[in-house]
Amino acid sequence: MRDVRGDFPLLSRRTEDGRPLIYLDSAATSQKPRVVLEAMQRFYEWSNANVRRGVHRLAEEATAALEDAREAVRRFVHARASEEIVFTRGTTESINLVAHGWAAPRLRPGDEIVVTELEHHSNLLPWQRVASKTGATLRIAPVSRRGEVDVEPLIGARTRLVAVSHVSNVLGAVLPLVRIAACARAHGAAVLVDAAQSAPHLPLDVGALGCDFLAFSGHKALGPTGIGILWGKPERLAETEPLLTGGGMVREVFADRATYLEPPWKLEAGTPPIAEAVGLRAAIEYLEAIGMDAVRAHDRRLAAHALSRLSAVRGVEVYGPPGAESRIALTSFSLRGAHPHDVAAFLDGQGICVRAGHHCAQPLARKLGIAGTVRASACLYTTAEEFDVLAEALDRARGEVAR
Amino acid sequence: MSSLYGAVVAEHFRSPRNRGSFPAPDAASEGTNPLCGDRIRIELRIDKGRIAAARFRGEACMVAIAAASLLTGMLEGLPLAEAASLPDERLIAALETPLRPSRIGCAALAIQVLRAALAEAPR
Repeated sequence: MRDVRGDFPLLSRRTEDGRPLIYLDSAATSQKPRVVLEAMQRFYEWSNANVRRGVHRLAEEATAALEDAREAVRRFVHARASEEIVFTRGTTESINLVAHGWAAPRLRPGDEIVVTELEHHSNLLPWQRVASKTGATLRIAPVSRRGEVDVEPLIGARTRLVAVSHVSNVLGAVLPLVRIAACARAHGAAVLVDAAQSAPHLPLDVGALGCDFLAFSGHKALGPTGIGILWGKPERLAETEPLLTGGGMVREVFADRATYLEPPWKLEAGTPPIAEAVGLRAAIEYLEAIGMDAVRAHDRRLAAHALSRLSAVRGVEVYGPPGAESRIALTSFSLRGAHPHDVAAFLDGQGICVRAGHHCAQPLARKLGIAGTVRASACLYTTAEEFDVLAEALDRARGEVAR
Repeated sequence: MSSLYGAVVAEHFRSPRNRGSFPAPDAASEGTNPLCGDRIRIELRIDKGRIAAARFRGEACMVAIAAASLLTGMLEGLPLAEAASLPDERLIAALETPLRPSRIGCAALAIQVLRAALAEAPR
């Protein structure tokens, strides 16, 4: 992969004492390449208007920009048609749309929803709510310290939906989705994939995964905040009821009733995030130009390097898969005798940005028997040397923050 | 071990005062920091409207442990009403370290737990 560091303006920032800033919190949000920022600025400076229903040139340009972005997302996830792509605010909204728009109206008491113990709260809380609203049962597949999940034994005749992460935001583990989805399909259950963590790292192919819904956020995949994606099979999106009603999603409105447009538009009430869609398209085209296979290869090399460097630091325990094949370069670890927040505060003083805590996955932290972890997560702009600096700093952290 | 949060926090973290519990405390409470899930429990011995002794335990970060250690040290002999109105700022100042906004909650956890314990204390 070519050197991309220069494409990301923020990466040239330095600390107060002149050290290069090391950003290892890409799982929370990625940095943005200049082309994304420029595309959004150009849109606002040249084409800004509201979409649809306008007959003037700017409205037509803005509408075309939104639909071109939809087509870019279609390519990115290898969907059949751009109408299978719904713009939302983020992964959380995408999953809630499926939970309340698709699952809640059709689940009955005794039906089962299967999730795993490693889910981010955004792929757990919506299902807790749907289960309590409908009388369905929420079943939770256990996970090991290495990030192995055993989902299939929980899938049975009563399973209506299996909602699982593609990649764990705590352990970095890549879940065996093809196998899980095949098992779900064999039992007539739908599959939702939370691709928030995989979108910037792995090639996505909804057909190959065999899922019914796939959700991800723009901001973790080099795009702007405020935009997310829900991909759904056409028949599933047709079954999905809108969570919001209002402008932009209607065919015909009378004083006492209305008819809706087809998906995806019926699920996009209100003015959509147009400039954000333009930015997301630029991010996707940027990733496509590099190639997702090259991105994955870079990430795998980084993961192997990070694992070997971090696990060699005395007192460090790395969680998740021990090999780079079944994980991304997202490493959660603990430093013996030290609290994750103290480690993160120490690292911040060294110019290294990491995250510490339960990472919005409290059931997993409880399962691991820890208050939280320190998480260093990479993106395509991350270098092996940055993990070297992290490992050296952790060696010093022991004397500073460990008991 | 003093450069990150200063000497006071480091020293109280290494050698916390009043760590432990009472067999039958007169008042007790427990609280968590939603940021990280850290948990601190404070137990009190109360005698004639004053705090006779205080103990704390819990797994938490350096700032929260040092704050609990310092706080329990301030309490002995204090009238209950005075203990209940101890301001956060006094404890934060005692830590003698600049805290980022995100860490104020770590410092304030112990004092919040104290107030909850006092709210249920026998008068």
